[in-house]
Amino acid sequence: MELLRTALVIGLATIGAGLLLIAAVGTLRLPDLFLRMSATSKASSLGASCLLVALAVASTDVGIAVRALAGATFLLLTTPVGAHMIGRAAYLSDTPLWKGTVRDDLRGCYDPDTRTLAAHPPAKTPDA
Amino acid sequence: MTIEAFMLWGAMPALAASAVCATIRLLKGPSLADRAVAVDLLGAICIGFVAAFALAVDEPMLVDVALAIALIGFLGTVAFARYIERGA
Repeated sequence: MELLRTALVIGLATIGAGLLLIAAVGTLRLPDLFLRMSATSKASSLGASCLLVALAVASTDVGIAVRALAGATFLLLTTPVGAHMIGRAAYLSDTPLWKGTVRDDLRGCYDPDTRTLAAHPPAKTPDA
Repeated sequence: MTIEAFMLWGAMPALAASAVCATIRLLKGPSLADRAVAVDLLGAICIGFVAAFALAVDEPMLVDVALAIALIGFLGTVAFARYIERGA
C-alpha cells in the first residue's frame, strides 16, 4: 500500500512537472501571443493541479488533502477564465498575429466602439 | 526511490528550468499581454514548486501557501486583463 502510494505520488509529480516544463518551453518558443496562450493555459493549469493532487495523495491528514484538492479545483476553474480574459483583451487591443496565420474567424466581428462580438462581420453597405 | 529524493532531484529542477523559460519570456515579451501570460505561468509554476517543496521536506501545511498564490494569481490576471483592455 505504501509502495502504491509512493508510485502514485511520483507519477503524478512527473506528469505535473513535465506539463509545466512543456508550458514554459512553449511560451518561450512559439511565435505569437495566441499560440503561446494555447500552450500555457491548458498545460499550466493541469500541471499545477497534478502537483497539488500528488500532495493530496501523499498526505495522511484529511484536512490537508481536502485543501490540496480544493486548490486543484480552483486552478482548473480559474485558469481558463483568466486566459480567456487576457486573450480577449489582447485581441481587442490589436496584438499582431503570427505572419503564418492562415485564418482569423474573428476578423471584423468585434465592434471597436462597443466591444461586443457579432456573429458575422457587418456587411458592407453600398455607400460605405 | 523515495518521494523526497524524487522531488528534490526530479521535479524541482524541472520546475526551476520552466521558471527560467517563463522569466525569459517575461523579460522579452513584445507586448504587455505577453508579459501578463508569462506572469500567469510563473504563478502556476510557483504553485507547483510549493507543492513539490512541501512533499520534499514533508511539511504539508505549505498547501495553504499554494492556495494563497493561486488566489492572488487569479486576481492579478483579471486586473491585468482589464488594464490591457482599457488602456490600449
